[in-house]
Amino acid sequence: MSSETQKILTTDGIPLEESLKKAEKKNKIKAFLLVCPLLLFLIITYVFPIGDMLYRSVDDRMVTDMLPKTYKAMEQWDGKELPEEEVFEAFYLDYKKLVEEKTFGKLATQLNFEKNGFKSILKKLKRKMKKFEEGNYKEQIMGVHKRWANVEYWRALKRRAPSYTYAKYLKGIDMYENEDGNIVQVPEDRRIHKILWLRTLEVALFVTIFCFLMAYPIAHLLATLPMKYSNLLMICVLLPFWTSLLVRTASWMILLQQQGIVNDFFVWIGLVTDDNRPEMMYNKTGTYVAMTQILLPFMVLPLYSVMKTISPSLMRAGKSLGGTPFVAFWKIYFPLTIPGIGAGCLLVFILAIGYYITPALVGGASGTLISNQIAFHMKSTLDWSFASAMGLMLLTGVLAIYWVYNKLVGVDNIKLG
Amino acid sequence: MSKNSEFVKFDKVDKSYDGKVLVVKDLNLDIAEGEFITMLGPSGSGKTTCLMMLAGFETPTNGEIYLDKNPISNIPPHKRGIGMVFQNYALFPHMTVYENLAFPLRVRKISKEDTDKKIDKALSMVSLSGFEHRMPGQLSGGQQQRVAVARALVFDPAVVLMDEPLGALDKNLRESMQYEIKHIHESIGVTVVYVTHDQSEALTMSNRIAVFNDGKVQQLSSPDKLYEEPVNSFVAEFIGENNRFSGQVTDVSKDKCKVKLDDGSEILANPITVKSSGEKTIVSLRPERALINTKDKMENNFKGKIEEVIYHGDHTRVRLNLLGNKDFILKVPNSSANMDIKLGNQINVSWNSFDARALDPK
Repeated sequence: MSSETQKILTTDGIPLEESLKKAEKKNKIKAFLLVCPLLLFLIITYVFPIGDMLYRSVDDRMVTDMLPKTYKAMEQWDGKELPEEEVFEAFYLDYKKLVEEKTFGKLATQLNFEKNGFKSILKKLKRKMKKFEEGNYKEQIMGVHKRWANVEYWRALKRRAPSYTYAKYLKGIDMYENEDGNIVQVPEDRRIHKILWLRTLEVALFVTIFCFLMAYPIAHLLATLPMKYSNLLMICVLLPFWTSLLVRTASWMILLQQQGIVNDFFVWIGLVTDDNRPEMMYNKTGTYVAMTQILLPFMVLPLYSVMKTISPSLMRAGKSLGGTPFVAFWKIYFPLTIPGIGAGCLLVFILAIGYYITPALVGGASGTLISNQIAFHMKSTLDWSFASAMGLMLLTGVLAIYWVYNKLVGVDNIKLG
Repeated sequence: MSKNSEFVKFDKVDKSYDGKVLVVKDLNLDIAEGEFITMLGPSGSGKTTCLMMLAGFETPTNGEIYLDKNPISNIPPHKRGIGMVFQNYALFPHMTVYENLAFPLRVRKISKEDTDKKIDKALSMVSLSGFEHRMPGQLSGGQQQRVAVARALVFDPAVVLMDEPLGALDKNLRESMQYEIKHIHESIGVTVVYVTHDQSEALTMSNRIAVFNDGKVQQLSSPDKLYEEPVNSFVAEFIGENNRFSGQVTDVSKDKCKVKLDDGSEILANPITVKSSGEKTIVSLRPERALINTKDKMENNFKGKIEEVIYHGDHTRVRLNLLGNKDFILKVPNSSANMDIKLGNQINVSWNSFDARALDPK
């Protein structure tokens, strides 16, 4: 009995446990080195950019650092009436330094995000500043433009004082922190993001449903046809997949435009009159059609890989036991395909929710999605921190969906192929 | 209750998949109520196709199948009320054992109490009581097989079809399952149509065996008759071991014929399919019917040289070179009298003409 509790030794007299660890260590190092390139790649191209994006979306030090004296002087200001002379003086000194360093443009851009009209009065101030005399800067600055005498602009300036801010996130859901520090909704006519979020969800949801409805029969056929036909069908499914996304979207534009092939066909079979051609592009219809077609393979492939593993004898067993074909399908075949449905729907939904090129090209005004708005802020307004904030909100949304899915179906049940 | 001897009837059934080749040719087969019938044959012989036609997954190209006198070709599988056990069990992997067994009962809208009662009964029949809430994946192969059998029986079908149900099991388990299925059949008296390519399985279990080859039933008879009295050389070859001599008939009387073998020697045989002298024939002799160094007087006595000796425990297999046949097999029981079986020895082999069956040359 006591020999069992004793340490087992190898023939060299080293305890077995140690010897095993030593032997396994080499393998572990090998495995790590093999994974290393991917790990580095992921850190550099994925973890780091997302971290940077997160940081950018809350980082507001640029303005704070550009106007150090101003914000110091503003500490005492209650924000109810125009600030005192010392604030104006500090602002003059800060701005003068920025003009000398030629970095005032950044400040103008940033402040303009906060309040429209800031850019022009800053530019005007720059021109007039050269002739400023010493002392009484308040009068001189207010004399440059009447907006400088408007307390709103100074409040906007003060709002940018903290180094970190969540204002961009509020803006992403059409809210802002008002003068009293309360979080309120923006005026109704400016609530554009909420519409976009809802539309994005709606489009993603419907595209997922359409993809599912179309992919299920295709995948079933693929899984049950004899090899020589199923290979051909598989190529038909994958062929668009191998074509450039841009080319496919462009071909949808050719098909769907008002003088396009689909409309011509409708007129030809007499479905619509020539002067009453329906608009199928530059609206949601176009987005639905093109995105469904483009995302279809992502639904077909996981479904196919799951259906391939379902033995045809199960359906036969169901029928021989007395189930009608429908009962056999609904009680036996369908439940077994749920892992594939889950994987396909999750994949399509997540891809659809962040889709960009297709809605940008065929979506028009009523078919653009939140990703187009992000791109707009990245490229046109250069409000990168706002774009980052929205990007992160999108990411959070996707993670939330993934979490809900995990709770409902279980991620273990996913089968991607 | 008088038993219906034509409970299942295949009437001139043909089946072709491609319109060029007949997989099943002019099949006529009557199966009696309560019978255990086995369709035995090599792969591609059409036996599974027959089963699928009976189950309703294939339709006959020509002819009709009757179940209890009703034609069933136009009845879909789910209305035939035929239980089926599949080769790979086909248990529903997402349902528990209980749900698997409840499936045929639920679609028949049987009440909860009756369902529970029937499932209890079926599970105890296959000695799996207490396994109701296991998933099929948690069961061993043999247990899954029993569940499949129980599921095919739980709704009291008139006929149960089994398509090589034991093919995936190891040898010992297969043998014990053979007896188990046989006993279940005896205790509930259901009609069983069983498909297999394993002849020992067929011989063990069946009342009657239909040997299939080339889309046709070669012989339909009880296991002992099939083994002892094969009607053609295919059956003789397919069932059990068999020593073959090919030759030409030189003389036929009522129950004996003379066959001149290819090496010139002449043997006496039992004419089964040969009718007249001059016909080509293959004479088939079971290894255990030929005796060595026997004192009994037999009609055929020849000397052969021992080419190979293989020890099998209870018996020894001896390969002889006899009458030009280098693969003549003998099964010698292990008793002390047979000590002179040594490689290269010449021994006397004798057999009765009745056991040497002169069959078609194929």
